[in-house]
Amino acid sequence: MITHTHRPLRVVLYEGQGAIALPAEARTKVMMALLDKGYAVTRASNGGTPAMPHDDRSLLVLGLFPDQTAPQIEDATGQVKIETRDISGLDVEGILALVEKNRGTTTMNEPGKWKPWFPVIDYTRCTNCMQCLSFCLFDVYGVSSDNKIQVQNNDNCKTNCPACSRVCPEVAIMFPKYQQGPINGDEVNATEAGREKIKVDISSLLGGDIYSALKDRSAAAKSRFSKERSPDKALDERKKCLTKLVGDGFIPADVLASLPSPDEILRKAAQAKARAEAALAAQG
Amino acid sequence: MPESPSTLLYCRCAYAQVVPSGVKNEVLQRLCDSGASFESVSDLCEMAAHRDPRLTALASCGKLRIAACYPRAVKGLFQQAGAPLPEDTEVLNMRTQTAVEITEALLSSDSATALTA
Repeated sequence: MITHTHRPLRVVLYEGQGAIALPAEARTKVMMALLDKGYAVTRASNGGTPAMPHDDRSLLVLGLFPDQTAPQIEDATGQVKIETRDISGLDVEGILALVEKNRGTTTMNEPGKWKPWFPVIDYTRCTNCMQCLSFCLFDVYGVSSDNKIQVQNNDNCKTNCPACSRVCPEVAIMFPKYQQGPINGDEVNATEAGREKIKVDISSLLGGDIYSALKDRSAAAKSRFSKERSPDKALDERKKCLTKLVGDGFIPADVLASLPSPDEILRKAAQAKARAEAALAAQG
Repeated sequence: MPESPSTLLYCRCAYAQVVPSGVKNEVLQRLCDSGASFESVSDLCEMAAHRDPRLTALASCGKLRIAACYPRAVKGLFQQAGAPLPEDTEVLNMRTQTAVEITEALLSSDSATALTA
C-alpha cells in the first residue's frame, strides 16, 4: 500500500569543474547506499552526457571541494533550493547520515517497507475488452474519459496478486515486479499467447467471455450479453476460480481472505459491468 | 552536425529483488568508473506508482538510454505515469543481459545492442 506520495530527495554527486573526483570505490558505494535508501542520485562529472532537467524544488549537492569548503550555489530562477555539502573525510555511513539529516522530517518511501505492485497495461496489445475491469474486485481498474481501460487505483492492488493478468486474453497486463514472463514484461511469443488464452478459458467462468464478445459489437454478441446468469451462480463461479488460482499458488491466499462480502462482490460486479457496457457502447 | 549525447538513466530496482544484484551492482560500478554523468533512481516502478513528475522530466530529456528491466514494462510504466517515452529511447534489460553488454550499449556512441522501447 502506498503510504504517501512525497518524492525522494534528489542528491547530486558532483565531480565536475571546481571539485575533486571521488575515489572510484567510494563513489560506487555512496551511490549504492543512497539508491538503496530510496534517493534519486545524479552523478555529475565532466563527462559529457546531459543531466535530467532540474524540475525539483530542492537539490542536495555533495562533493569533495578544495579547502573542504562547499561553494554557495543559487538557482538563477530562484525556484530551486540548492544545498551544498563537502564530504571530505566522511565514509559511506557518514555521507548517508548527512543526507538523512538534510532531508530532515520530510517523509518518503523506503525500499523494504513497501513493494510497488500494480498492473501496467501494454496498450500495444490491449483491445479494450474490459475483462480486467470486470474481474478485479478491488477497483484497481477504471475507464478514462475517452472510454479506454486504465489503471486508476494502484494502491488498491493486492501485493503479489497478478490474477488479472491471467484473465487478459491479449496478455496485455504486466506486473514488472513479477518473476516470470510474459507477466513481468518479457516479450509475448505466439506459444505463450496461446497458453495464456487457454488459461483464460478457465476464468471465462467469471463472465469475462461475455465482455470479450461484446467487443465484437455484433448482434450475436449483444444478444449473448443480454442473457443474464443468476447472481448466485456467478458469485459461486468467481469464488471457484479464485480458489483455484490460490490453490495453484498463482495468487496469495490473503487475497481470498480480503475479498469483499458476497453482497459487495455482486454490487461491484454489476457496477463494473455497467461501466464496461457504457464504455464499449460509447465506442460505437 | 554531431548527434547530441544520450541522457543515461540507471534504475536500481531497490523495492524488489527481481533484477540480479550482481548485474545491477556491476552496471552501476561500470557507470561510475566510466566518468560519464548519469541519472539514477531507486525504482522506476515506485516513481510510476506515484506519477512522479521526474518521469516526465526524464521522458523529455531528448535521447535517453535506460538500464532497467524489460523494455515493454519500462515503456508501459512511463506511459501509465503520463510520460510516454520517445520512440528512439533505448532500454537495456538487467534481468536478461550481462553487465558488460549493458554498459557497452549505454556508453557507446551509437548503441547497437540496446533494445528500442
